[in-house]
Amino acid sequence: MKRLFGLLVIISLGLASIAQLTGIPSVEVKNLGNKTVNTSAITNNGKPVILDFWATWCKPCIKELTAISENYETWQKETGVKVVAVSVDDSRTMSKVVSFVNGKGWEFEFYLDPNSDFKRAMNVVNVPHTFLIDGKGKVVWQHTTYADGDEAELYELVKKLAKGEEIK
Amino acid sequence: MKYKELFLSLLVITAMFSSKAQNIETGQLHGNFQTDIQNYYKDSSIGANKVPNEIVLMNSYANFTYTKGNFKAGLRFESCLNPLEGFSKSNDGIGFPHKFITYQNDDLEITVGSFYEQFGSGLILRSYEEKTLDIDNSLQGFNLKFTPVTGIIIKGVYAKQRLYFSDVNGNSTLITGPGIIRGVDGELTINDLIKALEDKSTQVIIGGCFVSKFQEDLNPTYNLPENVGAWAGRVNINRGNINLSGEYAYKINDPSSDNSYIYKDGQALLLNFSYSKKGFGAYLSAKRVDNMSFRSNRDATLNNLNINVLPAITKNHAYTLNAMYPYATQIAGEAGIQAELMYKFKKNTLLGGNYGTNISLNFSRVNNIDKQRVNDTIEIDQSGTLGYKSDFFKLGKEIYYQDMNLEITKKLSDKLSVIISYMNLIYNYDVIRGMTGHGKVYANIGIADITYHISTKHTIRTEWQALFTKQDKGDWAMALAEYSISPHWFFDVYDLFNYGNTENKVHYFTVATVYVKGSNRFQLSYGKQREGIMCVGGVCRQVPASNGFAISITSSF
Repeated sequence: MKRLFGLLVIISLGLASIAQLTGIPSVEVKNLGNKTVNTSAITNNGKPVILDFWATWCKPCIKELTAISENYETWQKETGVKVVAVSVDDSRTMSKVVSFVNGKGWEFEFYLDPNSDFKRAMNVVNVPHTFLIDGKGKVVWQHTTYADGDEAELYELVKKLAKGEEIK
Repeated sequence: MKYKELFLSLLVITAMFSSKAQNIETGQLHGNFQTDIQNYYKDSSIGANKVPNEIVLMNSYANFTYTKGNFKAGLRFESCLNPLEGFSKSNDGIGFPHKFITYQNDDLEITVGSFYEQFGSGLILRSYEEKTLDIDNSLQGFNLKFTPVTGIIIKGVYAKQRLYFSDVNGNSTLITGPGIIRGVDGELTINDLIKALEDKSTQVIIGGCFVSKFQEDLNPTYNLPENVGAWAGRVNINRGNINLSGEYAYKINDPSSDNSYIYKDGQALLLNFSYSKKGFGAYLSAKRVDNMSFRSNRDATLNNLNINVLPAITKNHAYTLNAMYPYATQIAGEAGIQAELMYKFKKNTLLGGNYGTNISLNFSRVNNIDKQRVNDTIEIDQSGTLGYKSDFFKLGKEIYYQDMNLEITKKLSDKLSVIISYMNLIYNYDVIRGMTGHGKVYANIGIADITYHISTKHTIRTEWQALFTKQDKGDWAMALAEYSISPHWFFDVYDLFNYGNTENKVHYFTVATVYVKGSNRFQLSYGKQREGIMCVGGVCRQVPASNGFAISITSSF
């Protein structure tokens, strides 16, 4: 018990030195061609990024990406935002992802996270889980689950970021 | 324990450094939290005859990760007081079983402590966690990743596997399997290695791995190999719209309780092909598995101490009735294929309508492998012998599983969209569930999933499902209604009704409310849970029948 307490004190010290949420951790994921890439390569030239964790077997995830896809062209023109969709499909469904996303006609930037390394590093518990990353690479907002209409709120925040405003 | 002291001191040093920070980057602490609490009522109509003495059971855990510069340290707090029904009662420890420190720079990453790792598709090594399945075979030891030049990645592990986190006489202890695992993996991205090939449209990636496990032979009857080695080689080729990948694994003799102590070697082959472009996707996959159980304790059972994972080749179904008879990989031996076609009819075409139509057609089939006797005096799978012979290119005659599924997604108007699904199923109940006397189940399943947008933020979604079969428990019907208010609320009610059961027509009725704020989710539900199996990725867990209230909270910070 003493050890537990000591550990908690140390953690609180750590908590005391937290800065605001910042950049994405450096983890290895794969692109659709199965090539290993590092997540630090995910940037959008100073413009906002929507980081979306999903899977081919997750129906609400597919709904969310479809809803974003329907508005993507407009969103890109207005704000320059980029959607980075990371699939947590494991080796059972991983090789299907490329034909799946093409079959749906989605045009996002896709990555594969077959052993959930990136999902764990971002502390995602369940999919869908969406993050908003500002032009400087800082994580400024996150949301779990998807309800029809959520993409409208997401876009309001994207527009704010694109203008250089802060999100509370 | 010395290990704990060392870890604590390192954590203190890291924290001290952070409080001195002025020109050193400030550290960050992030994490997540999940808890599931359930109570149990006696309900003989669904087979929940015995309720746990505690009445209320709970599974919780919280992850904390502290990152600063090149260092990362993590802790996971776990407490199941006591584990939920259907989860292993041996995981009743309270404390921090999972801890690690990672050092990372441009070329190198070293992790000591608890970690997860996968080589290739996981055919000879996959350590992962899947909380809903009660699986956590994390490795305890060290993990190294090294990139000597761009285009070469080398990984190494030297570890033991987690079995349980148990309360042993009042002390919470992380119990590992007896086996020691040593593995190395190399991956070469040819186009990065050879400058001349950098911009070619054909991209090639090759990889190979070797894993060896050591377990002492304490068996009085047989002379068992203490060091068992397994190899795997893989290739990935992409060119424009085509993706081709293949992986082959081989394991030397490894008599275990999984294979009745036979001395046969093991093999697995996985092949994937896809051709796709915007609006169209075609996918084909083939798989063969022969005696590939690989555990860090040859006597382990259920989902304990698996070093590898052999993915199921069948489609992962999300709808309740489509997933009522799920497939589980038969590691003793199976051969199968899966094919999928996806097409998007563009809007303003005949079949596309005003908004476009998505159509998806999927087929999968798994058979046993052909097993022949080694010679006239040895029975197939006879313990202490070579077991059997199996021609690689011959298919067994027994069908394990087949499904054909058609799914159409269509937006009918601004407010209304619908998903229609039809599935035809053949399910070898005896083999997949490890029983006798049930034979095969032949079923047809129809589903309609209708979403209506009442306004921008208010949506009502209903699901209508029906399963028709003459075997097992007969026909089922399911109806679900979900009312959501973006972005915070969900109200669900659903009923699963076994109307075709001549002995016991049961309603499995559930009501749930969900509140979401940012990355926090709270769920309160009440209902009757059907006894069955829950599967994720071809690995399954028995879910017992239960009746009660459940609270589920998840949070990421």
